[in-house]
Amino acid sequence: MFKTLVSKIIPSTLTPTKCCSIMPPTCSFHTTSCLNEVRLLTRLRVVDNSEIGKRAMAEGKPPRVICVYNKKRVGFIGDRVLVAIKGQKKKGILVGLKQIQKVRVPKFDSNNVVLIDDNGTPLGNRIHVPIPTILRTILKERTHAKGADYTKLLAIATRFV
Amino acid sequence: MVLAVRKSVEWGITAAKLFVRRECRILSTLPEKQEYAEKQIERAPSGRKSITKKSILESRHIYPEFLPDPNPNWRNSLREKLEREDMLKRRGQVEIPEFYVGSVLAVTISDPHAQSKTNKFVGICIERKGCGLRADFTLRNVVDHQGVEVRYDLYDPTIQKIQVLRLEKRLDDKLLYLRDSLPEYSTFPFDMDQEILPEGSEVPVNPIQVVLKPKPWVERWERQELKGIANIEEYLTEKNKIKRELRKTPWEKYDLMKQYRKTIPIEDQKEIWTEVYTQLHQLQSAQKKMSRKRVFTSPKSLLA
Repeated sequence: MFKTLVSKIIPSTLTPTKCCSIMPPTCSFHTTSCLNEVRLLTRLRVVDNSEIGKRAMAEGKPPRVICVYNKKRVGFIGDRVLVAIKGQKKKGILVGLKQIQKVRVPKFDSNNVVLIDDNGTPLGNRIHVPIPTILRTILKERTHAKGADYTKLLAIATRFV
Repeated sequence: MVLAVRKSVEWGITAAKLFVRRECRILSTLPEKQEYAEKQIERAPSGRKSITKKSILESRHIYPEFLPDPNPNWRNSLREKLEREDMLKRRGQVEIPEFYVGSVLAVTISDPHAQSKTNKFVGICIERKGCGLRADFTLRNVVDHQGVEVRYDLYDPTIQKIQVLRLEKRLDDKLLYLRDSLPEYSTFPFDMDQEILPEGSEVPVNPIQVVLKPKPWVERWERQELKGIANIEEYLTEKNKIKRELRKTPWEKYDLMKQYRKTIPIEDQKEIWTEVYTQLHQLQSAQKKMSRKRVFTSPKSLLA
């Protein structure tokens, strides 16, 4: 049955024996769509205009996550991550995710990150993609009086959705 | 005599069964079957009945969320009834217009996180799903070269306004392939003007075919028999084509039982629509009046 079907589709290019070697009749692994979670070694997209971020994106070597600072070790919106970028370790904040989001929270086509230093000050001075409004509340909650101030990131955003 | 009566009764029952079997095919909410459904109605005798029937069958496309999920494990007649009441109440509060997958919508919600406390998003509706109060729709737009999607519940109490900027349908039931197509196909300006269709006209179907980007894709679009993609063949390898042939299920359109299980039978639908039809009709006419008023007094038309 299978051989006849294959020969019907492409009679000349592939012989049945070749075909069977290429494609086993059954698959032992599942092929469901992935969750698009931000985990260890996920590639991110830098969306601010910091020098290091711009150069890394232009060279086609986007940063990789090497630590997510939360208990679950899966990055959600507004979470702090440590990334490896151009041979350096930098901290960043996730400002847009590919993963399925809750109702009314925007879902983006790429995993976006804004690079910050230890005090929470962004390395660039402009973010050139839209930022979810829910980030305002999340970052305000994460900011403490004497610790890092993450709300500076909101000041350099150009557009909210 | 008695025998004859019994025979005639039996004949009637079989005829009814046949009729039901035939009907069950039209009851799916899929848009492709719409023409078929209308043909069936034209054949039906007696004018008045056919009008009510037609409006019933039309409202299943306009208000698909009023029909419950056909899965018998999830049915509960009391819950469904209460949900319908709540939905009608909500529709009395906020105008939820007729829209389809492929229409361009503007949704304004009250957002405690935003500075102005309201948030407006414009985008093309790529998916509409769910039944009852859980019905939701997804809008997609490309803002500053970044694809953004937002999912909204249709009966969310934070929604202030839903506006249909362009009312049209597309060739497919879901436009999820816009995620893998070129950005110009899902780019809509936030200050887009509302396009008003002439009254009484049918909802137009936009026959546009999108151009896909090369792989990797989010899903295997080649297996889904989509009509709205122009250039899928140029990206497929031989293996993809073989797999597509093997995964085809051409017998499914003849599977009456499967279709029956996927849809709500006509008796149940009649009950539901007779329950909600008068109120929905009233709401619709009130909305029409309001929209006419707005068109008449808008300053733009005066300037033009």
